[in-house]
Amino acid sequence: MTVVIDRTQPSKPAPTGKGPVSAAARVRASGGPGGGLYKPRTPIYPKLVHGRWRAIKWAVLIATLAIYYVTPWIRWSRPGNLPDQAVLVDFAGRRFYFFDIQLWPQEVHFITGLLVIAALALFLVTALFGRLWCGYSCPQTVWTDLFIYVERMFEGDRNARMRLDVAPWSFNKAWRKIGKHAVWLAIAFATGGAWIFYFHDAPSLLSDFWIGQGPITGYVFAALLTFTTYVFAGMMREQVCVYMCPWPRIQGAMLDTNSLQVTYRHDRGEPRGAHKKGTDWSGRGDCVDCNQCVTACPMGIDIRDGSQLECINCGLCIDACDEVMIKVDRPTALIAYDTDAAVEARAAGRPAVYRLVRSRTVFYAVALAAVSALMVWGLATRTTLDLHVLRDRNPVFVRLHDGAVRNGYTLKVANRSFQPERMTIALEGQPAAVLKTPGSTATAKTIAVEVPANEVRAVRVFVSLPPEALSAPNLPATFVVRSSREETRTATTFLSGAANSQ
Amino acid sequence: MSKRETDEVTGVETTGHEWDGIRELDNPLPRWWLYVFYAGIVVAIVYWVLMPAWPGVSGYTKGVLGQSDRADVVRELQGLKELRGAQAAKLQKASLEEIEADPELQAYAQAIGQSVFGDNCATCHGTGGVGTKGYANLRDDVWLWGGSLSDIHRTIEVGIRADHPDTRFSQMPAFGRDQMLTSAQISDLTEYVVMLSRRKADAAAVARAAPIYEAQCASCHGPAGLGDQTKGAPNLTDQEWLYGSSRADIRGQIWAGKGGVMPSWKNRFDPETLKALAVYIHANAGGQ
Repeated sequence: MTVVIDRTQPSKPAPTGKGPVSAAARVRASGGPGGGLYKPRTPIYPKLVHGRWRAIKWAVLIATLAIYYVTPWIRWSRPGNLPDQAVLVDFAGRRFYFFDIQLWPQEVHFITGLLVIAALALFLVTALFGRLWCGYSCPQTVWTDLFIYVERMFEGDRNARMRLDVAPWSFNKAWRKIGKHAVWLAIAFATGGAWIFYFHDAPSLLSDFWIGQGPITGYVFAALLTFTTYVFAGMMREQVCVYMCPWPRIQGAMLDTNSLQVTYRHDRGEPRGAHKKGTDWSGRGDCVDCNQCVTACPMGIDIRDGSQLECINCGLCIDACDEVMIKVDRPTALIAYDTDAAVEARAAGRPAVYRLVRSRTVFYAVALAAVSALMVWGLATRTTLDLHVLRDRNPVFVRLHDGAVRNGYTLKVANRSFQPERMTIALEGQPAAVLKTPGSTATAKTIAVEVPANEVRAVRVFVSLPPEALSAPNLPATFVVRSSREETRTATTFLSGAANSQ
Repeated sequence: MSKRETDEVTGVETTGHEWDGIRELDNPLPRWWLYVFYAGIVVAIVYWVLMPAWPGVSGYTKGVLGQSDRADVVRELQGLKELRGAQAAKLQKASLEEIEADPELQAYAQAIGQSVFGDNCATCHGTGGVGTKGYANLRDDVWLWGGSLSDIHRTIEVGIRADHPDTRFSQMPAFGRDQMLTSAQISDLTEYVVMLSRRKADAAAVARAAPIYEAQCASCHGPAGLGDQTKGAPNLTDQEWLYGSSRADIRGQIWAGKGGVMPSWKNRFDPETLKALAVYIHANAGGQ
């Protein structure tokens, strides 16, 4: 069932003067009839607010930035020559280290699983509480918030910034602008610079980087991320969310009227209008049309128009509105995390019902639990021993002087543990088979091979069967490799040459 | 004669060329195309000055940058040699047995051996080294001139019936063509050889052939037919036949006494390549 809720107010006459209006309204006003293909960005000057959600946003900002910058510097002891960096994506060595887990390229399905879990978690959270990810922990939000903080330090709050932007160039304006951009670039460089530490040993890369000895990819990616951070968080900001990010479009499928979102309680607020101190509140809504929610919004929207694509659910308008409500001595939470269904119910005079358990949330939760369980099971039962068998294709078989037939195989034995392992290779299914490695004259039933920690060893194995064992063109056989702790087996075929006798 | 006129529909002048009523408009070239064309001319002139460009009677203009593909190749090959220097030095110092016993050196030798084999030996012996009629199978455990590392190394070095002074040489007589034996005697001998390889043979023919074998063949192939690797005489009792195992094949070989030629590779490869090739062949064969 599709529910369309549109609370957009009839558009007001083009704004005159410099009264605070939403950026969207200003864009609507500036665009001619029909508009063009290109819509210039209308600058947004979000005003600083204080309150519960702003405090939570600061806390999340500090926490996520700390995780980002500190993680590559955590040391984690591993045996032998293995890197001691807790989190390391080692492209050169083709390993991914995460504390006590190390993944090989062929185990990339764990990364896929992690991404599936992340997606399902995002779906579930969005269905329950709206776009919390966007409003609090998305890097775009975090860095934009940080950049606006810097902007405020140099240029002041909303009104000061707006004045500065229209003011003619002066020394005062120049140093503020230059200072802001310099600090932005420094943060952007620190962001791009920190990124590359996830891919190399951080302490040695840090010293190599400054003396020009770092890997070329390091400089390229540091420069690339410096550029994107500076442009995305400094210049584009909400445009990234509205035009570049696919998530706003997808979220419509997750949300319904029972999802908690930042909501203007129109049942309480309307009809809105300016209020003179001391006059009666009866016959009118609580909204005093002060536009504080609009000036606080980093996305440049008016939340009173209802739930909209641009809204990232950050809750700053809640803080802004609450401040005003306290001033005019009305109950807070005129704007609050609420559901459309609850607002509708209250408007109709029914009690509001909050339904967290809905078919979609149950489905997301079950899917999330299933995939998580699968991942945990996969990680827990993951073997440290891996075997791949490649048959020689030229020649497929060799007939020896006494009529015996020999097949060649290359066994790729992987030791994913942190200790070197002495493995034994045996062939099951053909009791008469004898094994041998290239260059040795000794034949035996098993071959011992030393595989260093965290490495793959390619072992060539020749298998010979005496003439009396050659009963069919294709003989089934199984290679079995045993380490001190585990064993693994891979089925293969022995080609006897009976299909093309000499 | 062409007549330039203005096209009514577009208002553009025509070139005056007309083909079956179709006329060509004289539109100007696109500006960007024209500028790219001019830029191309400038680039070409700069290129002529910098790089080798114009052929002369006894040479060519060298260009001021001194670029030379030939010199580049020489430099790259030199660089490659230096890159391989450490491993190549190890190959030079180590004996064949030491190379094969050391997993790392063996892997290196096998890598070189495989590429050299593919470029030089595979033409006759096949990419898999299993040979074909008249060309020896290098993957089994049957060797005409010995299958030890040093035997294989020697065979590659001096060749078989090649132009090297110390080449390996053997000559199977053409008993039939040179009329040393009669056709009937050769038929009997064929049965004898079939018997030697432990197959069913005509007993009467075998009995008749026994003294002939004793007199003509045993000196090289041995009284029991086991052959002699020092003389390059094949073992007649095993299941490997260079020229085929059927009676017709065996009879043909006694009649004409074919013998192939393997070239000497001593002057073609440097010593470490020869070693690597010997190790590659030995390691992938039956092992002796």
